Amino acid sequence: MAEALTTHGNANAAEHADYLDYPKGLLSWLTTVDHKRIGLMYMWSVMFFFFVGGMFALLIRIELLSPKHTIMTAEVYNRVFTLHGAIMTFLVIIPAIPAALGNFALPLLIGAKDVAFPRLNLTSLYVYWAGAVMAVVVLVMGGVDTGWTFYTPYSTTTGGGVTLMVMAAFVLGFSSIFTGVNFIATIHKLRAPGMGWFELPLFAWGMYSTALIQILATPVLGITLLLLVMERVLGVGIFDPQLGGDPVLFQHFFWFYSHPAVYIMILPAMAVISEVIPTFSKKTIFGYKAIAFSSVAIALLGFLVWAHHMFVAGMSLFAGAIFSFLTFFIAIPSAIKVFNWIATMWRGSISLDAPMQYAISFLLIFTIGGLTGLFLAALSTDVHLHDTYFVVSHFHYVMAGSNLIALLAGIHYWWPKMFGRMYNETLASIGCVLVFLGFNATFLPQFVLGSRGMPRRYYNYLPEFQSLHVASTIGSWLLAAGLFLILAYLLASLRKPKTAVANPWGGRTLEWEAMSPPTMHNFDGQPVLKHGPMTIAPTAPWWAWKKRHTERGRDLRDVSNEYSDTYH
Amino acid sequence: MGQQFDAAKIGMWLFLVTEVLLFGGLFVGYGIMHARHPEAFLAAHHHLDKTMGAINTVVLLISSFTMVLAVWAAQTSKRNLCILFLLITLLCAGVFMGVKYNEYSHKFHEGLLPGKYYSHQGDTVPGQFMFFSFYFMMTGLHGIHVLLGMIVIAWILFRTIRGDFSSEYYSPVDITGLYWHLVDLIWIYVFPLMYLIS
Repeated sequence: MAEALTTHGNANAAEHADYLDYPKGLLSWLTTVDHKRIGLMYMWSVMFFFFVGGMFALLIRIELLSPKHTIMTAEVYNRVFTLHGAIMTFLVIIPAIPAALGNFALPLLIGAKDVAFPRLNLTSLYVYWAGAVMAVVVLVMGGVDTGWTFYTPYSTTTGGGVTLMVMAAFVLGFSSIFTGVNFIATIHKLRAPGMGWFELPLFAWGMYSTALIQILATPVLGITLLLLVMERVLGVGIFDPQLGGDPVLFQHFFWFYSHPAVYIMILPAMAVISEVIPTFSKKTIFGYKAIAFSSVAIALLGFLVWAHHMFVAGMSLFAGAIFSFLTFFIAIPSAIKVFNWIATMWRGSISLDAPMQYAISFLLIFTIGGLTGLFLAALSTDVHLHDTYFVVSHFHYVMAGSNLIALLAGIHYWWPKMFGRMYNETLASIGCVLVFLGFNATFLPQFVLGSRGMPRRYYNYLPEFQSLHVASTIGSWLLAAGLFLILAYLLASLRKPKTAVANPWGGRTLEWEAMSPPTMHNFDGQPVLKHGPMTIAPTAPWWAWKKRHTERGRDLRDVSNEYSDTYH
Repeated sequence: MGQQFDAAKIGMWLFLVTEVLLFGGLFVGYGIMHARHPEAFLAAHHHLDKTMGAINTVVLLISSFTMVLAVWAAQTSKRNLCILFLLITLLCAGVFMGVKYNEYSHKFHEGLLPGKYYSHQGDTVPGQFMFFSFYFMMTGLHGIHVLLGMIVIAWILFRTIRGDFSSEYYSPVDITGLYWHLVDLIWIYVFPLMYLIS
């Protein structure tokens, strides 16, 4: 190799430089088609908008410290919660795991050099930015007050930047579709030799199911939003009861996308967890096929439950009963996953590194979120709980809590692979505890508030709700403190030298065979699958190995290489 | 190369699925509103010119056929034939847009406009604006697709003239063909729903 380097000079040096360093310059990043760079740019963009949406969340919570006017008027409050919801949904949660982590990790996990359509991938990033700019313009113009769901007829009659905001969501949908198309083609065509469908890492199954939903559901949202714009611009009358239209039709259209979209948010989270748990339990995943098929089952069943958002919107009892049943039904594949994850941990050699701490937090938060969903799926309780804080809390547990914590698990898991650097592990544990406690402190009181009748989207409330609102607000500060801590130590780690080993966690998937950070083409040559996720022979736990060998004060890199040599 | 071709084809098929669902939403909306206001839809559709619609249907069908021939020509390295068939396809698409322009200007003139801009005089059945809301959204969205298709076909034509394609490599022609057939297919559904509901 040394000889090759001297004879081929720079070209070869570039080949072996890591993707962060070569080629250099802002322009090379903005025109890159490298999935890793695109993934990182997505990640920073998502983080930025997470900050913006989070600020709105904090403002909401501060306003709710006392009934009526605390820091803003009712009109401003409407705008703040709308922007919080719209930004968090369309700019943060939907792209968070697939576009950021998925872009970075999926090709590495299946041993590919890149995604199937690298240029389409870059296009999707620019489309995302275009949508983001539109959303920012709306924000500067004074915002929108419809709620992120844009329900008619209010959204067709109110002023403000509704049209532009809806167009922003429409444009962002395209970015999502492009990513979905790319992932499906990538998984079909670019798997490493020897990697059959049932040797795919579970992360890839999760991404595949997510992509299915992105492709099947997003266009329907697209046309719905387009109809809404037409309604505002031309007064076409489809959603306007005065003109013979039907506002409930909008809700059907909207939820036909937006309920599956909930699974665009949760399936990638499950995908991350399915990678993290076996790695840190030092065990083969339990029930590989069950987890893989339950992802697909969730993706398909997710299309049949949309009307459970509309039990009180004027639907026949018969239709309500069917949708209620189907909604209960979809709890089954979710539960299958949870049981399989727990079975994977059972008698495993569990090491509680930061990613695993997040994964365990995910299990708890997702279980609470999932089980409270069953209360809302039941027709009779839903009539009582509909549009209360119970719903708010439930969907924050599933969409925000589960997704966010899985995102953090993924970021902590792949951070050494992304940047070749390790964050401060003590601070990571503190951050995880703060986020977990802060999240629960924010949202557990909201279940109680909701079951006692506190309606959502009100800036005013009865005095007896105040203590719980205050508790929730204090929780939000705890959560924010945890998130800022995480941001701080992650950024601080970037100043360290790149010392991470190729396989810091003893993971068994292909991305750990690439260098940390990987070279531009990911691997030296085409990696071949030696062992699928199902057929991993039990190995000496990396954790124990690491402990035994680093005690002698040796370089972690040597220890890891030795470990890989022995057990791969 | 074979693998890339396959990937491109999968990508295009997936894109077509999203297109079907995009139009699917409109079709469902049309179906529901048609069921609610059958008299208004029936009365309104008499304002459309069936001959024009039929001409456009035939023109698009021919263009789909020549597109198939263009793909075949590219596949068998018959460059000149490929150029000819692409030109005919483009011409048919142009005729389609011309007829469409004619129809639109006629409607604009009569005040047969969507939604609140509807100003046609002397209607006996109320609520016909809804039909024209759908008429303009469906044919408009379809028209945009035809225009985009024309741009892509023109670009493929340019690349064919430049000599980019042969039996070794013709995937762009092939997937453009797939797209064009979908545009045709959507029209096959739009035409009876709009022009032939009596």
